Amino acid sequence: MPRALIAICFLLLSSLAGAQSLQAVPALSARVIDQTATLSADQRARLETKLSAFERQKGAQIAVLIVASAAPESIEQYALRVVEAWKLGRKGVDDGALLLVAKNDRKLRIEVGYGFEGALNDATAKRTISETIAPRFKEGDFYGGVDAGVEAIIKVVGGENLPPPKAASAGDGVDFETLIFVGFILIFVVGGVLRAILGRFLAAGAIGVVGGIVASLLVSSLLLAILAGIVAFVVSLFAGVSGLGGWSSGGMRGGSFGGGGFSGGGGSFGGGGASGGW
Amino acid sequence: MRIRILAVVAVLVSLLSGCGYNAFQTGDEAIKSSWSEVLNQYQRRADLVPNLVSTVQGYAAHEKDVLTQVTAARAQVGSIQATPELIKDPEAFAKFQQAQAGLSSALSRLLVVAENYPNLKADAAFRDLQAQLEGTENRITVARNRYIKSVEAYNVAVRTFPNNLTAMALGYQVKPNFSVENEKAISVAPKVDFGNAKK
Repeated sequence: MPRALIAICFLLLSSLAGAQSLQAVPALSARVIDQTATLSADQRARLETKLSAFERQKGAQIAVLIVASAAPESIEQYALRVVEAWKLGRKGVDDGALLLVAKNDRKLRIEVGYGFEGALNDATAKRTISETIAPRFKEGDFYGGVDAGVEAIIKVVGGENLPPPKAASAGDGVDFETLIFVGFILIFVVGGVLRAILGRFLAAGAIGVVGGIVASLLVSSLLLAILAGIVAFVVSLFAGVSGLGGWSSGGMRGGSFGGGGFSGGGGSFGGGGASGGW
Repeated sequence: MRIRILAVVAVLVSLLSGCGYNAFQTGDEAIKSSWSEVLNQYQRRADLVPNLVSTVQGYAAHEKDVLTQVTAARAQVGSIQATPELIKDPEAFAKFQQAQAGLSSALSRLLVVAENYPNLKADAAFRDLQAQLEGTENRITVARNRYIKSVEAYNVAVRTFPNNLTAMALGYQVKPNFSVENEKAISVAPKVDFGNAKK
């Protein structure tokens, strides 16, 4: 038994040590992340628009990441860690792709999600790198290379027969039943306790805030979260006996936590794609 | 009376799941699926070999050694029944690994030889095949890593307290994991010879 414990300690230690020396995976804050300041803000915005338009149109998620270096890992290992963390593409459809550039290593890689391995197969990805992107990189035209690469990926992948994208406001898989269930518990169980402690009005405010936060976590839509917060506030206010108004702030504050930004849809990757250099 | 029996059964069942029984089942399934993925990717590589050999043959027919080595290694891989049950038999598992390692090294020799033939390197079909081979090797690496992780999780579950008691009682054993393929080759220092460069 002690041996197993020691083994686990070592495992934890080594994983900690490993995590420190490896290149960190940046948070997925946008479709185009450039840690080397190679692209101008304007160029980033243009790529971003192109990629988000494609996602709205087809539902597929493509992202671009430019880092200084992937060392000590190979670009393949680093790319896989990035896509495993980001989970680009929709869950089950796995229609995600990443264009990763390690600038100082002079290496780049197109990492392809399972759903795209048919259209954007290894040979196509390799050709896109060596014929479309690398020549431009060689001339120092990074924006041109990335832009042309993204364009080529979109063109190849756009022919795929994918399920249509969901409407933007329909949350990600969390149905209203969950929301209502959580709301009921909040209002009648937690709310009852709070009402006894804080008094009705304060308790209702608290429930409104909490309801808004919970809703924003469950549904990635700001509007819905605010709505849920307000509903929670009103219902819990009138749940006991009737009370007086002033119910503006509760829900609003709660709602402001939700939505925004860009997040992966839960797609998975198996190491498909190609790498190259310039 | 009946209620008491039911209660005892319920407690036993909850103990069973608390002692890792469910973790073993989950882990076992995870290992199986990740192993299937490993086999899948190895199969994909094996399927690429005939095309690759015939393409190289078109440009470098006299490199018979390398070509026959690859073909032989491919045949060796094909002769092993790669079933999901393979993980249960450490001996067959080792044999399978050895055969795949043989194909790996034969293929890398083939690619080294290909470097000497500019016409071959420029051939579009060869470049596509090479890209596919690279991609497949990467997929194999990924699949193997995922398999290693799932086996690790399972083995930790089997060996740690209190799960190890359940494992002992029910006969769950530690599963074999991948070792480094070319352990021998790595442990031997590479020979550097500046005297007579090739070609």
